[in-house]
Amino acid sequence: MAFIPHTPDDVARMLELIGVRSIDDLFDEIPGELRAGVLGVPPAMSEMEVGRLLSERAAGDGRPLNFIGAGAYEHHIPAPVWAITTRGEFYSAYTPYQAEASQGTLQLIYEYQSMICALTGMEVSNASLYDGASALAEACLMAVRANRAANSRRILLPRAVNPVYAQVAQSIAGNQDIVFETVDFDRSTGCTLLDSLQSYGGQDVTALVVQQPNFFGNLEEVDQLTDWAHQNKVLLIAVVNPTSLALLKAPGQWGTPSGGHQGADIVCGEGQPLGVPLSSGGPYFGFMATRMQYVRQMPGRIVGRTVDTEGRPGFSLTLQAREQHIRRSKATSNICTNQGLMVTAATIYMSLLGAEGLARVAAASLQRTADLVARLARVPGVKPAFSAQRFHEAVLLLDRPAAPVLAALARRGIFGGLDLAERYPELGPALLVCATETKLDVDIDAYAGALTDIMNSSRAAA
Amino acid sequence: MPELQAREPLIFELSKPGRGAGTQFPPRVAGSAEIPAHLRRAAPPLLPEVSELQAVRHFTRLSQMNFSIDTHFYPLGSCTMKYNPKACNSFAMLPEFLGRHPLGPEPQGFMACMYELQEMLQEITGMRGVSLTPMAGAQGEFAGVAMIRAYHRARNDLGRNEIIVPQAAHGTNPATAAMCGCTVKEIPCDADGNVDIDALKAAVGPATAAIMLTNPSTLGVFEHKIVEVARIVHEAGGLLYYDGANLNAILGKVRPGDMGFDVIHINLHKTFSTPHGGGGPGSGAVGVGARLLPFLPIPVVGKEGARFRWLTERDLPQSIGRLSGFMGNAGVNLRAYIYMRLLGRDGMVRVAEFAALNANYLMKRLQAAGFEAAYPGRRASHEFIITLKRENKLYHVTAMDVAKRLLDYGFHAPTTYFPLLVPECLLIEPTETEAKEDLDRFCDAMIEIRREMATEPEKLSSAPHTMPVRRLDDVRAAKQLDLAWKPAA
Amino acid sequence: MSNIPSDLRYTKSHEWVRQAHGEAPDGAVEVGISEHAQSALGDLVFVEVPQAGRSLSAGEACAVVESVKAASDVYSPVSGKVVAGNAALATQPELVNQDPYGAGWLFKVQTNVSIDGAALMSAADYAIYLADEAK
Repeated sequence: MAFIPHTPDDVARMLELIGVRSIDDLFDEIPGELRAGVLGVPPAMSEMEVGRLLSERAAGDGRPLNFIGAGAYEHHIPAPVWAITTRGEFYSAYTPYQAEASQGTLQLIYEYQSMICALTGMEVSNASLYDGASALAEACLMAVRANRAANSRRILLPRAVNPVYAQVAQSIAGNQDIVFETVDFDRSTGCTLLDSLQSYGGQDVTALVVQQPNFFGNLEEVDQLTDWAHQNKVLLIAVVNPTSLALLKAPGQWGTPSGGHQGADIVCGEGQPLGVPLSSGGPYFGFMATRMQYVRQMPGRIVGRTVDTEGRPGFSLTLQAREQHIRRSKATSNICTNQGLMVTAATIYMSLLGAEGLARVAAASLQRTADLVARLARVPGVKPAFSAQRFHEAVLLLDRPAAPVLAALARRGIFGGLDLAERYPELGPALLVCATETKLDVDIDAYAGALTDIMNSSRAAA
Repeated sequence: MPELQAREPLIFELSKPGRGAGTQFPPRVAGSAEIPAHLRRAAPPLLPEVSELQAVRHFTRLSQMNFSIDTHFYPLGSCTMKYNPKACNSFAMLPEFLGRHPLGPEPQGFMACMYELQEMLQEITGMRGVSLTPMAGAQGEFAGVAMIRAYHRARNDLGRNEIIVPQAAHGTNPATAAMCGCTVKEIPCDADGNVDIDALKAAVGPATAAIMLTNPSTLGVFEHKIVEVARIVHEAGGLLYYDGANLNAILGKVRPGDMGFDVIHINLHKTFSTPHGGGGPGSGAVGVGARLLPFLPIPVVGKEGARFRWLTERDLPQSIGRLSGFMGNAGVNLRAYIYMRLLGRDGMVRVAEFAALNANYLMKRLQAAGFEAAYPGRRASHEFIITLKRENKLYHVTAMDVAKRLLDYGFHAPTTYFPLLVPECLLIEPTETEAKEDLDRFCDAMIEIRREMATEPEKLSSAPHTMPVRRLDDVRAAKQLDLAWKPAA
Repeated sequence: MSNIPSDLRYTKSHEWVRQAHGEAPDGAVEVGISEHAQSALGDLVFVEVPQAGRSLSAGEACAVVESVKAASDVYSPVSGKVVAGNAALATQPELVNQDPYGAGWLFKVQTNVSIDGAALMSAADYAIYLADEAK
């Protein structure tokens, strides 16, 4: 029997001790009329059969050459990362409630929190949230608790922030009467318009969200945006790509010297680039960091270093009184877990790469995207949309609808980018493309070659 | 006695400037792309600089400081710590699944698995539709309550803002209600652990949005008046929310939809054995009856002819929306799918049967050894509660002492101090994958600990003795917050 | 039996109220939590008090006391305006445990309500209330 160790003799002896005749008697408290009939699910398969089925389905999906980013990025993952992460002692353990028997997981989370603080330039990090999008939603709820100068529950969400994040923030935070207002971007630079913020100056606003690099891959003028927020008693929520932080100014240092370099107030983002595979969209993890003064407003698990009864250092979950299992309806969030296993992978990843390795990944991604854009811009009917400096993504404008072009590329085994038609119709036919360190010259050539063919042949057809 | 790795320095303490795992660094790419000076980072982040072997050894040693299902019996009540089959991980990590970008053209092989998973969950729970999007049980709960709210609003029934929960409910239930902008009304349970019907009748009314129930309840017993509860709530215009935390107890035996529930979340990391991973990732699929179908969170896998496609806001305009950046914890859902195919129809029913057999056996053995069951007149579901209030009076030992002492005997502790209703309680859930011999060893340890209570109580009060650390100073942890490593000045 | 000073008034949610002395303006009362409440919470690790100038209505949650195992709201026993919060608690939350009726006071409220009003309990009534709760 699948995963059931009992022999018939075991069952007989256990039933005898319980004092019932059959296993079915153990369910005699369930009213008879409620009992289920035979389930309409398929019969069991052996591991070999399931393996065959899954391998066939996987093979059908293939292994395309991928140039899509848009919130999930393909990076090299060092072999040790998942070899260690899938060890049973990490994989099959649970939340470290019994600290003494979970020091491995707890110390690892403490190391993770330290690394996130180092990357973001913030003072405290939690043990992670579900993903980048839901982390932004939680950051918005947190800002409402933290910003005591504001009563409005109004949050400014630029259109240059990942539009799916905006949707998720609306689905989650909207239930608590938080109002999101959009801020437009400059059509030529592709960056958030500082001017369109001015009308909110002096108004009651809870927080401003800034994504760096923004959804289009462009670099925002984060110092000016941060100063504007703080001059207007608005909290600044930074959404950042962790890989980029090896090169880009840490959110903790955002702001101009004259504005006092105050930095972001809450930093969050998608942790997937740090050693987590794309895997069709998840599981990933969201990270979140803040200043010490807001630590009690931060949702999620937090690990602290303390001592045991003999004075030896040890780790435990702390500040649990904020959490749902104690505070119930007054908790900071209903979240119970973190994404422990993903954080395990990310911590190993960051340890293997260190600051130098991560900077090399970021620099290579920056250069590869620059190469890709330069190459594709030479294809007839293709040109870059924006003039701003970029990190590892870019928007390309096409002279015809993107969907058929992308479909033709996919038939050649190339995922050529994300079609922006639905989210940003005002741009006209546009593609969001990405190249990380995993893309070599030969890959970029393959994409450019295929795109040239497709553009030429569809022109010929037209 | 368990042997865990004693102590491991912080990875930062192993670090030395100039060291690194060089083979992991990508080759430098020639070119002139640069970050503008005013946006550039001033100093590199303080990440560790270690060799590959140092990192491998460090994290392997950390793993050896953990209890886990693969190494220890883990009877953590309400958490369903059953064996996580290795096949589920291996097949979910096939390179095509792992390397797939979520925004590429719809992958038919992967989506076939997700579609079948939706169908199987629908059948098992007796629901009409399923969305796999919620990334954990708590997010599934959120989705469920948000759908209930959207349903009442769509009917222009705007006054329904109250969620009723029994006292024994998980803390997430009231926290979720609050996150959805609802208020919470708690109602008591009777002496047998059932919902107090009179209190329920008094609580429902025109403000009732729903009742949230776990059945079997967190008290480890089946709510046998469930049909009456459903009738009372439905007649008052409210809906019934099923917290699937304890679905393992009734899998294939009774379906929440048949009990009258309108919406359910399923913790795939419990009942369908996806890994707990030291606290996540989980997955909290939601199932709904006909009334809530239009409100399911997106995306959902749909089927048109032989082709699978993502259903989005265009297909479900009344959806409560998106809860994740892409399509939820896809890789976790894939593991649950593989597990369900391995179990099949009969295997699923056996899950509930043997979970109940193990729980009832363990309860009877512990009772025979002198421990007091909180609900002795009831069958255990897949878990049961032992209360140590007598031992607490007699020997001044606490449930926490027993929990810590069990670690010394090589068993992960049961859940302690939950549910809050029962004093000095241990909530014990053995799961179906434990052999009788392991249950017997656990009982032997409990009997030995019981002897120690009377003869050597200090062994309990100072436990654990064999772990990498003794009990930790939680007050210091919360007062002198040390949440991140900083280099010595 | 827990210490219940006879010169104070008490609430069912375990706050105490005292007519403030010394520097406080006329009509200000001092608020804290009872010996019983601090002992039930255990070692406090964090206390948040309301800022001066905030207007409160009776029964409004306005302070938080947090221990390792619980975080509880503190409700203002009277309506009025906050005159001061106890700043020392920011670094020494343990004062509430050590001296709940003295150095561990939480905040002062200026009010025109008489604390002898019927909504608050006398020490004797609070002692009975505690005894009932313990049953």
